[in-house]
Amino acid sequence: MRLPCPICGERDRREFYYAGHAVALERPQEGAGAEAWDYYVHNRDNPCGETRDLWFHESGCGAWIVVTRDTASHAVLGAVLAEEAAR
Amino acid sequence: MRLDGDGLIDRTRRLAFTFDGRKHLGFEGDTLASALIGAGVKVVARSFKYHRPRGIFTAGSEEPNALVTLGRGPGQEPNARATTVELQEGLAAYGQNAWPSVEFDLMAVNDLLSPFLGAGFYYKTFMWPKAFWEKLYEPVIRQAAGLGALSREASTERWERAFAHCDVLVIGAGPAGLMAAWTAAEAGADVILAEEDTRLGGRLNAEVEEVDGQAGSAWAEAMQARLRTMENVRVMTRTAVVGAYDQGTFGALERLEPGRALKGCFWRIVAKRAVLAAGAIERPVAFSNNDRPGVIMAGALRAYINRWRVCPGNRVAVFANSDAGHQTVRDLLAAGVHVSALIDARADAACDLDVPFYAGGQVCDSGGRKALESVSFLHRDRIETVQADVLAMSGGWNPSVHLSCHMGARPVWDEGLAAFVPREGAVPGMRYAGAAMGMFSTRECLESGAAAGKAVVDDLGLNGAEVPVPKAEDGVYQIKPLWHVPGKGRAWLDFQNDVTVKDVTLAAQENFTSVEHMKRYTTQGMAPDQGKNSNVAALAVLADATGRGIAETGTTTFRPPYVPVPIAAMGAGAQGKGFSPERFTTSHDASIGRGAPMIEAGLWYRPSYFPKAGETHWRQSCDREVRMVRDHVGICDVSTLGKIDVQGPDAAAFLDFLYTNMMSALKVGRVRYGLMLREDGHVMDDGTCARLGERHFLVTTTTAAAGQVMRHMEFAHQVLRPDLDVRFASVTEQWAQFAVAGPMSRALLEDVLKQDLANGDWPFMACGDVRTKGVTARLFRISFSGELAYEIAVPARHGAALFDQLVAKAEAMEGGPYGMEALNVMRIEKGFITHAEIHGRTTAFDIGMQGMMSDRKDFIGKAMAARPGLMDEDRAQFVALKPVGTVKELIAGAHLFAPGAEVVSENDEGYITSVAFSPMLGHVIGLGFLERGRARIGEHVRMVEHLKGSATLCEVVAPGGFDPEGGRMRG
Amino acid sequence: MRFSGLRVLREGLTGNRGWQAHWRDASPKAAYDVVIIGGGGHGLSTAYYLAREHGITNVAVLEKGYLGGGNVGRNTTIVRANYFLPGNSEFYSHSLKLWEGLEQELNYNVMHSQRGQIVLFHSDGQRDAAIRRGNAMRNQGDDAELLSIGQLKKVLPYLDYDQGRFPIYGGLLQRRAGTARHDAVAWGYARGASERGVDLIQNCEVTGIDIEGGVVKGVQTSRGAIRAKKVAIIVAGRSSQVAAMAGMRLPIESHVLQAFVTEGLKPCIDHVVSFGMGHFYISQSDKGGLVFGGDLDMYASYAARGNLPLVEHVMEAGMTLMPMIGQAKVLRSWGGIMDMSPDGSPIIDRSPVEGLYLNCGWCYGGFKAVPGSGHCMAHLVATDRPHTAAERLRLDRFRTGRGLMDEEGTGAQHNLH
Repeated sequence: MRLPCPICGERDRREFYYAGHAVALERPQEGAGAEAWDYYVHNRDNPCGETRDLWFHESGCGAWIVVTRDTASHAVLGAVLAEEAAR
Repeated sequence: MRLDGDGLIDRTRRLAFTFDGRKHLGFEGDTLASALIGAGVKVVARSFKYHRPRGIFTAGSEEPNALVTLGRGPGQEPNARATTVELQEGLAAYGQNAWPSVEFDLMAVNDLLSPFLGAGFYYKTFMWPKAFWEKLYEPVIRQAAGLGALSREASTERWERAFAHCDVLVIGAGPAGLMAAWTAAEAGADVILAEEDTRLGGRLNAEVEEVDGQAGSAWAEAMQARLRTMENVRVMTRTAVVGAYDQGTFGALERLEPGRALKGCFWRIVAKRAVLAAGAIERPVAFSNNDRPGVIMAGALRAYINRWRVCPGNRVAVFANSDAGHQTVRDLLAAGVHVSALIDARADAACDLDVPFYAGGQVCDSGGRKALESVSFLHRDRIETVQADVLAMSGGWNPSVHLSCHMGARPVWDEGLAAFVPREGAVPGMRYAGAAMGMFSTRECLESGAAAGKAVVDDLGLNGAEVPVPKAEDGVYQIKPLWHVPGKGRAWLDFQNDVTVKDVTLAAQENFTSVEHMKRYTTQGMAPDQGKNSNVAALAVLADATGRGIAETGTTTFRPPYVPVPIAAMGAGAQGKGFSPERFTTSHDASIGRGAPMIEAGLWYRPSYFPKAGETHWRQSCDREVRMVRDHVGICDVSTLGKIDVQGPDAAAFLDFLYTNMMSALKVGRVRYGLMLREDGHVMDDGTCARLGERHFLVTTTTAAAGQVMRHMEFAHQVLRPDLDVRFASVTEQWAQFAVAGPMSRALLEDVLKQDLANGDWPFMACGDVRTKGVTARLFRISFSGELAYEIAVPARHGAALFDQLVAKAEAMEGGPYGMEALNVMRIEKGFITHAEIHGRTTAFDIGMQGMMSDRKDFIGKAMAARPGLMDEDRAQFVALKPVGTVKELIAGAHLFAPGAEVVSENDEGYITSVAFSPMLGHVIGLGFLERGRARIGEHVRMVEHLKGSATLCEVVAPGGFDPEGGRMRG
Repeated sequence: MRFSGLRVLREGLTGNRGWQAHWRDASPKAAYDVVIIGGGGHGLSTAYYLAREHGITNVAVLEKGYLGGGNVGRNTTIVRANYFLPGNSEFYSHSLKLWEGLEQELNYNVMHSQRGQIVLFHSDGQRDAAIRRGNAMRNQGDDAELLSIGQLKKVLPYLDYDQGRFPIYGGLLQRRAGTARHDAVAWGYARGASERGVDLIQNCEVTGIDIEGGVVKGVQTSRGAIRAKKVAIIVAGRSSQVAAMAGMRLPIESHVLQAFVTEGLKPCIDHVVSFGMGHFYISQSDKGGLVFGGDLDMYASYAARGNLPLVEHVMEAGMTLMPMIGQAKVLRSWGGIMDMSPDGSPIIDRSPVEGLYLNCGWCYGGFKAVPGSGHCMAHLVATDRPHTAAERLRLDRFRTGRGLMDEEGTGAQHNLH
């Protein structure tokens, strides 16, 4: 498996750390209810098909990236820097 | 027997080898199989279940029968396919799965019991009496099962792993693959041509036919020479592409020629495009006793005759359902071998060859014991028998679709070919060529190879002149599907696992009608040939038994690897210390020099203790080191703790977001202890945070969590707070850091630094730059021992020198170095936590640090830490324990119970995490977690440890019993 | 038909013509008391125990593909009860007790082999954690023993004790742990359920769950609508998709776990051995293949196949731990889809919809849980009360933080367990 780091180009999966769905970008505000936090930390859409997830180019440039990917076919459809996706 | 003529072997180079201890001769260019055939060896193996005698069946890696063991001792290789083993001088091969030998195997008694050993029989018996399964049945079954044996000694084979990248990977170098590679290469593509065989050409090396006016094998050799001159082509022989993975990644196993110290290389090939030109595999026909030694695939027989100039007998019968039979007879006659019959299942077939010909005939039985003697066939409603010691059979060809299925696609049934062909688009970027896509004439192969090559260069946007397709044979593949000839005896489908037609029909009878159920119930396709020889026929029989078509029945999935791969190849380099990197501190050599046993701390090595003359037990050294620090001064390398340099206008705000407590309120030149939580509210790590400047902090982490914290910080910044203007970098390796601890530490450092370190300028938790010998160092007045202590950090290149200097000074003050054992004892005396306590399930509340969770700001983990379950008073809380009864032993990992309570899970109240004997307090101290522990100080609990057998009455005490007021470290 | 050695003998003498279907293929009826979505190990065992323990036989098991086609047929076949946190501890203990005697219960030889599992430890810290675990097992009434290096060298002489990257300090042995023939477990339960009247319906995909006023009414399937008083979702690997039909979003992320088998070899590994430093576990099947696995591929996936980085990592772990396996050749690799939950532990609970029950989140633990899961799930569905062995496997533990069962201590990142 290879992933397109927006900074380094296509790299082997070994260089990346995986952290789950990009829902992690949408951290609730302080004081949001228990349900909002439960959804943020635990619950997942977990699609069989296109998804967006977070990877860390740990053995590369150190960028966190959001990869658009298909969980059924493993096709990789694109990637952006998490920093940009988060803004 | 060996035939006249050259073939592709070198008759000038004789090679001596042994099989089961008997000496034979072969030639350079032989495989073990061709050499065994040449030597007249008939029985080379026994089947898995019935221990039927078996001979060589194919000429390729799909071989189901001829599995042998190579060598003895640590290099012993079980289950080697004789058909792919290159012969070399002195090769020692052995039969396997037989006792005493494959020639005379007493286990063959199983064959007589076959009526009782049909598919799945073991699911229906061996259940009584209950205790007998592990004691009797299973050991007997295990001993009888299995094929070859491992030596049980550490592998001595050396393999490598490597990456390769290319524009086009061509898999298979038969006529199609050669043309595809050539076409792509001429267009300028960077090409890897991978071929499993030792030479290029594929079937061209096995057949008598011309390409471009010359012998096919000669044309292939010329192509090889041409490709090898092209800089953009890498020709990899002996290389089987074994797996297709995501984004154009392929696994490939390259075996080097025998006799080299290195066995080979496991490649990960990354290709923008791939051409699957892996050819096809000829399939057998199931008829009674079709497994007898002497029965061989027709294509394999032609390969043995034409390439290796050997023939397994001298009276050959041929049985086919396509023109393969005629072709085989032609080659046999040309080689001067007697043909006793050509039996063609096609009723309308004609024959102009001078051999007994039986159109519409079907072989229905074979005669003989350990070798074929006769062949019986049904012809015009009569059973006829001919004498033959070889039967060449062909049931048609199955394209090698395997790699096209590795990403989950199923192949497509082609009614005309009576075979599965690869599905379009099954592997992104992969195209098909030649026999792998059902093109069975050489001309079609050449043309489809060129077309596939052209298509992939078009895909890549490369332009090149088309290459001329050479002239070649252009036969038409006409086949009458024939899977199974009805008859009374057992007709083998999966030779290796001994799965017969009866087994498949029994499976259907018992409602295992899904092809997956049939496979799992009968074990068809699960043998080392992975069903290459049997899958299609077995599902055809299943389709027949269930009244469905083959397309409807479907096929099982082909999974990597295409050919079995040694664990040593895919795990190359990991044996021994190679499994993961080793990290060494700058004081490593000095510690070793002082005889310190080194222990693993994550990837690091740290000294356990520094033994002195006369000390025979680690406890003696440890106790001395503790007293040494507490009474004088000790030096400990703490460089392995993670160090992260944090800078920027928003550095303080960023750290406030990471830590539970306020770091923005920290004064420049001061250090603060900090706690980081995971977002789920549990403690992730603890450490110190030093403010080196208004916008400059240095964060330390535990050794274990350094990487995790760095990743977490990058996450927090890039994903959660990109608005913050802050930069940070790990500087763990850049700085060597040493703890200088003990009442004499100030004097020691004042001597080293030539400066005053009195409490006024350097109070507890102060930090700042200092200089020593012209080097700027960092000094932190922090303590993990509870003593007056400092940590001094210098750029790593000065680490070894500083350590030596510090230790020398310390020794002059009755101090010295101390190791992890003493460090651990002192932190337990002080009640300081490590990852033994913050093991991922504890909260700030559990460790009594709920007060460190600031309510003046948001921080990671704050919301989830407030979940009711994480703040529950009933949770197990951090306490210390000391024995109060006659038993004085505490054991880390033991559980805690109320005195008198029954020792069962329901009454479990906690557990011990860390234990040490305190030389200062004179007793054992335990740290641990106890339900409502903070409210139970002074109560008694009972530690119960089952594994070593220990029970100790303890008093619950507050952690940090040594110098509880902390006067020593502030001193 | 009752299976026995005598029967095998008699059939063998009469051409094996008398063997009958192990289970009856049924077509869906219009309505059932209970519809079980999912014909894997857990669904089939639930159906069996509903019939056997609770007399509820008007039950349909709906399977999208073929029975036992999911994770019950693609795992490393390990059966153990060596958990240490409340909840897991009593549940897996309960399950192991059901395994013991399963052949006689089902009259089907699932080849449950209590050959012992040894989990190796490689540091003082890991030893202490092993002692904590072993004591939890003993307190639960299960067996556990600590093996010294000397004892280990006798039972596992082939480990690399001298050169390995991480020295071996000792091992935690559970003698009652072992392996079983995975497919046979599914088939045995299918046969038992079918004999008791349960309808096993293959090639029947559920496409919708009918809910009216917060009460489940039935399911829509590729073979028509089926009414049901109660519906149980038991589809680990696809839990999120099926739960979404009932409007639920589960605390689950799906991940692929690969496993490997080598060519057949004469007996050389007599136990289940787990490497404490490298996510590697291995046993030898009765047929002779070494069956082994490692960690997740570590990315959300439904593809039931993995990639090389993990493959190679598993081989590396094997080579450093037991270099004698170097010449064994990997024959086949495969992948299963794991329901990874935020604490690495399962869920057997009611859903917010009345009459709809959830069984999911098995992570790696699914195979050994098959008997216990079915037994407890049947109890829940039949009585509407959790079985005592499974009462902590609650769905709401993540929201409340009460009773989390994070054995690995890695927190709420689904793939880290």
